[in-house]
Amino acid sequence: MIEVAHLYKRYGDVAAVEDVSFTASPGQILGFLGPNGAGKTTTMRVITGFIPATSGTVRVAGFDVFDQSADVRRRIGYLPENPPLYNDMLVVPYLRFAAKLRGMRRGDIDTAIDRVLTACSLGKVSGRLLGHLSKGFRQRVGLAQALIHDPEVLILDEPTNGLDPGQIDEMLQFIRSLSPNRTIVVSTHILAQVVSVCEKVVIISDGRIVVEDVLANLTRDQRLDEAYKRAISGGLARGAA
Amino acid sequence: MRNVLTIAGREIRSYFSSPVAYVLLAAFLALAGYFFFALVSAFDQSLRIYSMMRNPEMLQRFNLNEMVIRPLLQNMAVLLIFVIPAITMRMFPEEKTSGTYELLLTSPVRVSEIVFGKFLGGLGLVTLMIGLSGFFGLVLLGYGNPELPMMFTGFLGLYLMAVSFLAIGTLVSSFTDNVVVAYTGALFALLVLYTIGWLGETVQGPLGAVVKYASITDHFQELLKGLIDTKDLVYFATVLVVSLFLTQRSVESVRWR
Repeated sequence: MIEVAHLYKRYGDVAAVEDVSFTASPGQILGFLGPNGAGKTTTMRVITGFIPATSGTVRVAGFDVFDQSADVRRRIGYLPENPPLYNDMLVVPYLRFAAKLRGMRRGDIDTAIDRVLTACSLGKVSGRLLGHLSKGFRQRVGLAQALIHDPEVLILDEPTNGLDPGQIDEMLQFIRSLSPNRTIVVSTHILAQVVSVCEKVVIISDGRIVVEDVLANLTRDQRLDEAYKRAISGGLARGAA
Repeated sequence: MRNVLTIAGREIRSYFSSPVAYVLLAAFLALAGYFFFALVSAFDQSLRIYSMMRNPEMLQRFNLNEMVIRPLLQNMAVLLIFVIPAITMRMFPEEKTSGTYELLLTSPVRVSEIVFGKFLGGLGLVTLMIGLSGFFGLVLLGYGNPELPMMFTGFLGLYLMAVSFLAIGTLVSSFTDNVVVAYTGALFALLVLYTIGWLGETVQGPLGAVVKYASITDHFQELLKGLIDTKDLVYFATVLVVSLFLTQRSVESVRWR
């Protein structure tokens, strides 16, 4: 469960995110949409506790991100926009490092590594250096790292970034398979991906939420791209005014 | 503590899985070896000259500690000013530019554990570096008769100095996401710390005393003379603790509202 309420984030005079509120529930994949620079990454960074909000509250699994940061961080798996890989490490030692950082017990780590290697189809590259991996594999190792401790909340910032069409499909199906008992937020600017996996859509434009609705409602009497364009242009008009 | 060791272990492995550790060790030891060779040759030459002059009084005054070990350690200390920023410059900037900083800071790990882990990783390399340079001391022990306690405190002084440099380098590296800035900043800070004592000679009064106490060289000199004084140990401990504390604050500041 993620509850974001009246979230503001300013960098000096520039407001990156203004009055953002939405909720994501377990078992539901939330598609976080918006043009580049709309505030998606900023919002996700606040949710994961990487950066603090200027004001507003974020609760993850019932814990406040600011006041109970450690409790939140234990429960979150996070794939940042650029997969956080150490290029001088091999795949398996890297995953072991990530598992230890997440406080996993020594005895559970090997099984967890096997599990994510299989789940993310990394078996073939498990002995390779991270710096030598292709973009697609890097993204998958990034996802494996986010899943290693079997978190109840997953924050994925553009997980399909840099993948080829076949890999995108695979990645989306995989994310879908993770959803039954987890809260998942996936950011993207590609609408087709939302239609294929998300139950709920939040559209952010110019730092403000312009749409928060279940996908079925949103696409009842219009196509998603029409709804998206309308929402975004409304946001732009307001931004200009 | 487990998190500290996890982070320190990764840090050390990264020094040794890239050419960094080998290049730094080789450069440091090659130059130190050259200094050692030059000092021993000079010692040997003057020894021969005075023997020929049959001047036993002068010969009495010849001392390996003063003529070889002390200048060797001083020169190695100057080398460390250049080498240690190269160890610390990647600590934080590389994490920030590669995005792994997000992994560290969104994991359930305390900032102090991150800082101490990184410092400990660097300390591993520094310890190896100073440890290997102890070889020069062994050579002198094998072929001459230096005063062992004085040599020991001298190397201890060099090590304490290296540890202080490392802590300061760690602090500077936490300020920036650019390795060149991290290197230059640390180099600048260490040079100031190393040379500030020069003012201690000319500045009068309490300010002069402060400057003299702040000078790392003055504390190092005491150890080179074979004197272990609490005052000097407290100085090194203070530099270490203050630097690491400030690093912790600097890293944690990204989480402040």
